[in-house]
Formats: sequence, C-alpha cells, structure tokens
Amino acid sequence: MEPEYIYKKIKSISFGVLSPKVIKDMSVAKVVTPELYDKEGYPVDGGLMDTRLGVIDPGLICKTDGLKLKDSLGHFGYIELARPVIHVKFVKNILAFLRGTCRECSRILLEDEDIEKYKSTVNKGKIKKVVVKEISVKVAKATKCPHCKEKQYKVKIEKPTTYLDNEKRISPIEIRTRFEKITDEDLILFGVNHKVVRPEWMILTLMAIPPVSMRPSITLESGERSEDDLTHKLGDIVRINQRLFENINAGAPEIIIEDLWDLLQYHITTFFDNSIAQIPPARHRSGQALKTITGRIKSKEGRIRHNLAGKRTNFSSRTVISPDSMIGLDEVGVPKQVAMKLSVPERITEENKEFMVKYIEKGPKSYPGANYIVRPDGKKKKITDETKEQLLEEIEPGYQVERHLLDGDIAIFNRQPSLHRMSMMCHKIRVLPFKTFRLNPAVCAPYNADFDGDEMNLHVPQTEEARAEAEILMQVQTQLISPRYGLGIIACNQDSIAGNYLLTREMEMDKKEAIRLLASIGVEDFSNLPNKDIITGKEVFSVLIPNDFSFNGKSRDGNKVIIHNGKIKEGTMDSANLGSGSGLLIRTLHKKYGPDVTIKILGLMFRLGIKTLLKNGFTVTLSDLDVGEKGTNEFQTILKDAESMVDELIKEFYDGKLVAFPGRSVEETLELKILGILNKARNDSGKVVLKTINKDAHTIVMSSSGARGNIINLAQMIAVVGQQAFRGQRIERGYTDRTLSCFEKKDLGPSARGFIRDGFKKGLRPHEFFFMAMTGRDSLMDTALRTPKSGYIYRRLSNALQDIKVEYDGTVRNAAGKIVQYKYGEDGVDVSKSEGGKINIQRIIEKVITE
Amino acid sequence: MELDIKEYEGKLPPKMIEEIKGHLPAKTKKSDVKKIMERICEEYKSSQVEPGESVGIISAESIGEPSTQMTLNTFHFAGVQEMNVTLGLPRIIEIMDARKEIKTPMMQIYLKEPYCKGKDIKDLAQRIKENKVRDFIKEIIVELTDNKIDIKIDLQKLKSSETKDVVLVKTLAKSLKGYNVKIEKDILTIKSKAKSENPSDVYKLKEKIKNIYISGIKGVYQVLPVKRGEEFIIVTAGSNLKEIMKLDFVDKVRTLSNDLHEINAVLGIEAARASIINETYKVIENQGLNIDIRHIMLVADTMCFSGAVKGITRYGVVQQKSSILARASFETPIKHFIEASLIGEVDELNSVIENVMLNQPIPTGTGMPELYMKASK
Repeated sequence: MEPEYIYKKIKSISFGVLSPKVIKDMSVAKVVTPELYDKEGYPVDGGLMDTRLGVIDPGLICKTDGLKLKDSLGHFGYIELARPVIHVKFVKNILAFLRGTCRECSRILLEDEDIEKYKSTVNKGKIKKVVVKEISVKVAKATKCPHCKEKQYKVKIEKPTTYLDNEKRISPIEIRTRFEKITDEDLILFGVNHKVVRPEWMILTLMAIPPVSMRPSITLESGERSEDDLTHKLGDIVRINQRLFENINAGAPEIIIEDLWDLLQYHITTFFDNSIAQIPPARHRSGQALKTITGRIKSKEGRIRHNLAGKRTNFSSRTVISPDSMIGLDEVGVPKQVAMKLSVPERITEENKEFMVKYIEKGPKSYPGANYIVRPDGKKKKITDETKEQLLEEIEPGYQVERHLLDGDIAIFNRQPSLHRMSMMCHKIRVLPFKTFRLNPAVCAPYNADFDGDEMNLHVPQTEEARAEAEILMQVQTQLISPRYGLGIIACNQDSIAGNYLLTREMEMDKKEAIRLLASIGVEDFSNLPNKDIITGKEVFSVLIPNDFSFNGKSRDGNKVIIHNGKIKEGTMDSANLGSGSGLLIRTLHKKYGPDVTIKILGLMFRLGIKTLLKNGFTVTLSDLDVGEKGTNEFQTILKDAESMVDELIKEFYDGKLVAFPGRSVEETLELKILGILNKARNDSGKVVLKTINKDAHTIVMSSSGARGNIINLAQMIAVVGQQAFRGQRIERGYTDRTLSCFEKKDLGPSARGFIRDGFKKGLRPHEFFFMAMTGRDSLMDTALRTPKSGYIYRRLSNALQDIKVEYDGTVRNAAGKIVQYKYGEDGVDVSKSEGGKINIQRIIEKVITE
Repeated sequence: MELDIKEYEGKLPPKMIEEIKGHLPAKTKKSDVKKIMERICEEYKSSQVEPGESVGIISAESIGEPSTQMTLNTFHFAGVQEMNVTLGLPRIIEIMDARKEIKTPMMQIYLKEPYCKGKDIKDLAQRIKENKVRDFIKEIIVELTDNKIDIKIDLQKLKSSETKDVVLVKTLAKSLKGYNVKIEKDILTIKSKAKSENPSDVYKLKEKIKNIYISGIKGVYQVLPVKRGEEFIIVTAGSNLKEIMKLDFVDKVRTLSNDLHEINAVLGIEAARASIINETYKVIENQGLNIDIRHIMLVADTMCFSGAVKGITRYGVVQQKSSILARASFETPIKHFIEASLIGEVDELNSVIENVMLNQPIPTGTGMPELYMKASK
C-alpha cells in the first residue's frame, strides 16, 4: 500500500442535520418490535437489541461486521414513524420558518426587492446573524404574502410542540408539506445552509436508533437484566409507534389516533430531552427521572466535560505524602510496593538483553523485577512463575519488558487542585521503604501541599516522547521561577529560613562542628571553609555559594546584604533573600548559573537551615511571650488611652458635637473613627512588643526572619487581640440596641462592640470569646462561598484564553489566527524569564561599571 | 550619552530606555554606555517569549490561582473619608463579566487651574451633583381631600445648587402632564387637573415627584471634594463621563471613571482596555497579591480585540470562538450543536480542547511544528 503521511488523524468535523434518506442509508436494521430478548435471552431480530446493531454480550457476534463485543463499534438502526413528529430541539427554528413563510405558497414573506437586497449581504459571515435577525423582524410584520397575496396570521406556539395558525392547530404533517415547498434560495435568508439542512427534516418521519453499544444493559447479581435509560425510552417509542400503526390500519376513530400521536410525540420529545419545562419528565418505576440524550451530553457530569475534556489514565498511583528533606528537590520517594506495580516499558536490544533477562527472572514478586512482556505484535504476556521459563526463551530484540520502577526513572507528580502548571511537575523516582510518597518540603509551595494527610498522584510516562517532554518541560528545576510574577516559587520555607537566619546572624562554632554540619547536608568539599578554629555561621553558609558569585541586596529589615566572591560580607539571610515569592538571592543565582546549579544550591541551603535548627534546638515556650512589668504597663497605657479617646468620641457624638466626614453620616463617622483608634492601639502594641521582648525568643526569631507569623500575631498573644471586625464593621447585631445581654443598651464602648482587650496568653472573657467565634464563623463562611466563585471565574478564564498562543512572528493570536496582541505584554518579555516582570537594568549597569 | 542611548530606540521598548536613563550614573564613560546597552539588549533578547508558548493558559492560571485567596468582602474604605468601593473577588468578577451595571460606579474628576488648588471646590462639586426633587424637600403634605400635594422647599439648598424656583416648576410641569404646578414662596403645590383621583394614585405621584431630576449631572448621586497630594479632586459616586467631559473646569485628560462601558462609549476601545487593566490591577494590589501586569493585559486584550468590550462569559469571548467543540465544552453544549448543524458549520480543530477530545496532539508548544508522519496500521 502507498505510504500515507498525515499530520492529524481527524482534520475536521462538520455538523449537519440527518435527512430521512441518510438515516435509512446508514441504518443496518429496521426496528419493528419493542421486545428485547426471546425466551432463551437471545436478542430478538427487529428488536432494539438486534445483533445487527452491535453486541453487548460476550460470545455473541455482530451480524453486520462479524466482530465480537468491544471490537464492534455498533451500528445505527431506524424506525419508521407512523405519523411525523416534531424534533424538540428544533422547535424554535420550526416556529421561525412558520412565521417567515406564506401559509399558502411557502415563499418567504419578503418583497422581491428585499430578497435581492438581503441575498447580497446575508452570506458575509460576520454580519450574518444581524441580517438574519433583521429579516425575522421584518417578516413577522407581514400580514399578506407579497407573492400570492394570501392573508397571513401570526403563528403561535403552545409549548412544547404545538403550533397554532389562525388559532387552529397545524399538524406536523401540514408543517412538513409547507416546509417541503420552501425554496433553497429562501432558506439562505433564514440563515440556514440548504446544503446540510432542509426544514422538513426537522420533523421526523424516520428516527435513528442508536447502536446497542451506546446503551449497554447491566446484568444484576440476581441474573436479572437492567436496561439502559435510552433503551427504555426507545422501547416506549417503538411500542406506541406500533400501536399507532395498528390503529391507523384498523381505521380507528381520529380521536384515538390523535391521542396516540400526541403520546408518540411525548415519548420522542423526552427521548431527546427529558428536562423540558412544560412537560413532566419520563421516570423510572422508582420515580427517578430518565437520563436521555440531552442529559447525557450536557453539564459537568455529561459526556463532553466528563469523558471528552477529561480523561482517565493508567500507570498512576496515589497515596499520602510525607516530608523528607534529605532527598533532592527534584526527587520523589516512591514506596516499594508502588514501584513494583507501576512499570516502564523497555525495549530489548542486543546490548541490554542481559539486564532485561535479570528483570524477567526476578518476576513480578521481587524487586526489581518485571510484570509483563510485550511481543512486537502488541500482545501482552504476564510474567508468572509458570510462564517465566518459556518467556525467557522467547524474548529477543524487539520485545518490550515492562519492568519495575527504578531510581532515576521519570514520573509526573501532581496535587489537586491543579491550579497552575507547577501543580504537575516531573520528578526523578527514588524507591524508598514505607508506604507514603516522600517529597522535599521545599517543593510544598508550588503544590500548596502540607503533610496533615494530603494525598498526591504519581504518573509514569510510558513512551520516550512523553518522557523527553516531561523531563525538558516539566522537571522541577524548570519550574523554579513562577510565570505569575517572575520570582522564585520554589524556595526555602519555615524551618530552613529560621535556621539560616540564626546561622548567619551571629552563630559561631568550631571547625569540627562546622564540618560535621556541612557533611550532614551532603557537602563533601570543605576547602571553602576558612582555616581557623572558630568559624562563623556566615562562613558556613558561604561554603554553599559559588566562588565567583557577588550579590548586593537587602534583608527584610532593610539592612544591606553583601556577598562578594562567594562570601557573605554583611547581612543575614532571611525570607527576603531565601523565601518563596521574593527570594532575590535565589533569583540571581538562577539567572547566573541556570536551573540545575540553583536547585542543587537551594537543596543544600534548605538542609543547612534545617540541620542548624536540629543542632541547636528550636522550640516555643510560654516565656517567649514575657515582656516584663514595663511592657505590660505600656500596653495598659496604650489601651487606656485608646479607650478614653473612644469614650470622648462617644460623648461628643451624644452631645451632637461630632462633625461628620463629608459624604458620611455622623454614626458612620463615629464608627470609622473608633475603628481607627482601636486598630492603631493594636498596632502600637505590636511596636511595644518589638521593643520590649527578648530578641532571642524563638517566636521573635520566626517573625523577624520571615519564617512564619508576623508581629501582629505576637501582639495578639502577648498584649491585645484587638477589634473583631464583622463585614468590615464593629459587631452590631444581636439584641435590641446591644450585642449581648450582658451589656447595657446603647453601649457604644469598645468592649460592647467586639473589642478584645487582652491577649491570648491571659485569655478571653466569655463575651470576647463569643465575639471571636462570630468573626471566626464569618471567615469560614467567606472561604466556603469564595471557593466555588473563584473556581468558576477560573474556569471561564481558562476556557476563554486556552488557545491564545505566541506565533512564530511574535504576535499573540487566538485559534482563528486573529491577532490579540502585536507583541506579548507590549514588550514581548516572558515573565518567567524576567526578574519580577522586569529586566534588571540596575544590576547590569553596576556590573559593567565595577568591571 | 543621550545620543548613545538614542541609537537603541526601536531595539528596546521606550519604557526601558527611560528606565536606563534614570539609572545611569551621570559620569559614565562612553565605552561603558555602549557596553551596558549591548548587555541590556542581549538580556532583553534572551527574555523574549518563545513562539508556541501558551500565554493564554499561563495568564488564566496566574489570575485564577491567586483568586482563591481574595476576600469576598465588598466593603472597603479607601482612606477613611472616602466612599465604599467594590473590591476583591466581586470586583474582579464584575470586570471579567463586563457588566453593564456595576455595583459602585465612581469617578475621579481632576480639575483645571485654578480650581485644582481648591478654588470654589465645594460649589463645583455641588454643581456636578445630580439633584432630584427629593434633595430640596423639607416636608411633604398630601391632602387627599382635594387631591393636592404641598411640598415645602428647602430654599437654601435650592440656592446652593444654583437652581431657580422657576426652573423647578418648569421641569416639574414638564414631567407631570395633567397636573398644575404652582409655587408660592417656599410652598410648591401640585394639583391634578382631573376632578377626582384615586388616593393610591396620589401616593404614587408623591413617590414619582421625589425622583424627578432637576439639575446637575444625571447619575452622579454623591460628590466629595478630596485632597490628593497637592491638588484637589472631586470623587463621585455614580458615573456619567460624557456629561462631565463637557464641563469646562474639568481636566479631561486625567478624569477617570470605573465604568468600562461608559469609557468605551466616550473614549473608545483603547481607553476601555487601559481601564480594564487599571481596575483589575488596583484590586490585585489592594489584596496584596503579586500578578504580573502582562497577564492582565492579555485578559484585557482578549476582551477588547474585537473592537467592543466583551465579557469572559458564554455570550462574550467564548461565543466568538471558531471551534464548535470548544464552545460546546464551555457551557450550553446542545445549543451550540443545534446552531452549528443548521448552518453546516465545520470545526477545523484548530484550538486546544477539541484536539484533547479527539486524542490528538494540541497545536501549541511542542505540538505546533507540523510534523507529518506515517500512520501506523
């Protein structure tokens, strides 16, 4: 055969309406009986489960294509309807045709000159919709046919499927005959393509019966068969249709025929759509509504979003995650059990045959072994103790062995919700004991993972192409810089920041200790350590930095951080330089040395921090919150001052002396002012805390290094929790004129409106506890309501933007090739290649000048 | 030095050149300037986006991911004295929807000299403010017996808004056909010409009268003179850019509204795009999030590139997609299939989602080069 070169297997899909002729041509069987099976349980010929329509029972053979279950795709059949029936999905279009054409001659109700005029404009793509709408408005006004001068009435619709012309019902037969007379030229003016649709096809005379494989029945445990919803519905249609035939043939009275006809219409309507407002949905005997064609397609659980846009996959695994900072950032610890279930296909060649044989010999039960052998013809064979010998003899180059996962294999690791591309990254596998996936805590940030029971998924790519793509595009190192803001997202966090902060602040140790520390994080070259007995923490940290690296930056508190030729000259390491979302040091390292070096250094820094903490110990105790008598007194004065100011304000308010802010009422002004004073009191307490607290307290270390928590959190524990705001205001609701029954009416003072006067250390009074519970609940509600809202906005955004890409000419275009931007982001800079969205001009200037 | 930099105009974006000028120390050697410029050019070149990059999805992710962290609380005080502005997630939704009616329309009116120094600022503000009859009412007396409504007018307020009582009567008479309107000192009398009237109609009339527009600029229901840095501006609740632009004391260049459609109508689509970017960025900054402006630009451009402001909804941007399957996969699939079948639409499978559906390579990134291959049999 001629070789066929293709780019895509399917090039395009066209849509259209099936004509009765097409339905008949594509059908393989005419369905005439509602019976499904005979006494033996074999499908009846001419029934809905006819074997010509495909097979769903093992052992049977499809009469059309001679294939067995699963191989046969199934084929359409048809039924001939005794009387034509309206297709619900075209109800609106049928109405438009009825209103737009003459009831006598079926010409469009437009003057000849109008027809000419519109004909020239209607086919110009973009304005088509507008013109069609204009025509439909114009046509509705006609009271007389311009062609045959017949008087016209406005056709009304009685939902769902009855049409009235001049208050008399038009039967589908009549509609069909009217539609048959509409000319192709007129159809264009209705915005309909006459090559794919004729209006009379919207009224069904034949109905296509979907193949059996589309509506498989389930065999229950009791041996009883339970048919698919569609089969039930089709059974109804066929039954009524047969009755209608019989009645017509027997010459039954018109009224009976009409009733049956309506019933047939009902069944066919619900077959297409069972959720039409005006008619009761068809139900199971249990009362549950049937899921028919429309229901199958639409909504999140429908075919499109559930099965077509989202797919399931093999070679994946899911389990609980736990941290292991001793494995690399780009590694994932995989339990041995998982490694023995998942596999990688490897092709046998002359060169690797020996190895492959070893895997096969080990078999599926011992690690590292293999599970299957794939013959060149695609046949899969399981390796078992029995088949092993024979398979070993059989294999030769060209065979594939599905061997167990080994260290260094590639896998894609994922945590839901996968909100950005860093939620799916490629890691190297590290097979480890125990039953959890292990990951380095430094990559928690992009996954948004913690270890309170989170589970994650692992996928093993099965082809060389997939592996190559995963490794080049998705590996952890390639994702260090977030495309959201152009700074590091994978960086140090929590313990490692606190540890490095303590280390580089003022720690000292003797050389032995330093070497021990460095060795414990995996450093082997100590030549960078200065040759003296006492070594500072800065010097220890400097060992990790490349010798030709220089950096000028700032720490969190605004002090200078200077690194010159790989040595920290000044400054301490904290979250401004190490942390995620800023991490300027890491960003600069990445720029200079590239991802592979950076990730290595980052891993070392991370471990150094943790090991430092491990060596020194890092805990929190109640005495961390001590501020002494002086501090306590200062808080009291701050609070008392604030309270007296508030009292003053309230007095002014009652005296009517309070001047309102422009555009606000006096009450609002009062609230705003009080809120301002009380918030200021809390912030002032924070400053006092910073002033009076022991600088070496671990709580303060955490907050000042940026590892966790801020000074307000500390102030809330030590001094004052502060005002509880409910929807941006002080708490107002509750009883008449007061929040709780323990207050006097109309008390506007701080404590009656949700101000918590003491810190968590001292504890809360009952009413304060209550207020806090109120705001706590409010914020829970907020989160619960926010998640679906932001989820929907996200879905819409990603749907609207998903096919916008940069073209070879640098323009940004959508799928239709229309230009959205001439240059991406006005300057064409890729955010993930920039430094915080910019090119660091200052650094370049400084560098050139110092050279 | 200036000259040396000028050479690079066109190679680098103008903003960047400005920035270089700002950062270069005054006494830089000529050779150094050249070196610096070359290096920057090199860096700029290496930071360009690569063809095939799915910038759309990246932008959607960059905005969608942090939006989970935004607050739902609408209330916010932008400075103590000013008015409430919708912020946080609700505002983002409002912008992306391209709503016609926004929750808190607002304007910042900048003024020309000498008014921006504070001259007559309160009077100007009052002139801008929309005045309805209710703003001048001191008291209303309904007399059901002779179908009469007496309104006691606050003459002082009337004076401060520069409205004459005659004008008041005229406008009232104009909008109340079939009624006699008279004024005597500060009592405004409205009487029906018809003999008898239903009492409930009289009460309805009373409500109607309250909402009759008298003077000022329609839609601007609250005004607030505020000092911003060195100058005075007028912040308003309610927006009517078109009318404000007509006033001679307004600085038309800097005056802002937050209503996208109004900006589009008055100033055009480019202004609307800029406004989408500014408004979105304001919310994001206010929420303390970090999103690069390029992502917001791309969203704004997709909303505007057709020439009209389209929301990111099934009636807006998604409706415009060329692929039927892509439209169907978003919302209301059946509707799209029916419409497509009537015109015999063909899906050329050019975008992402329909190729996912058909298990074919997607035409972005590594799927973009068109490699032809032998189909395996």
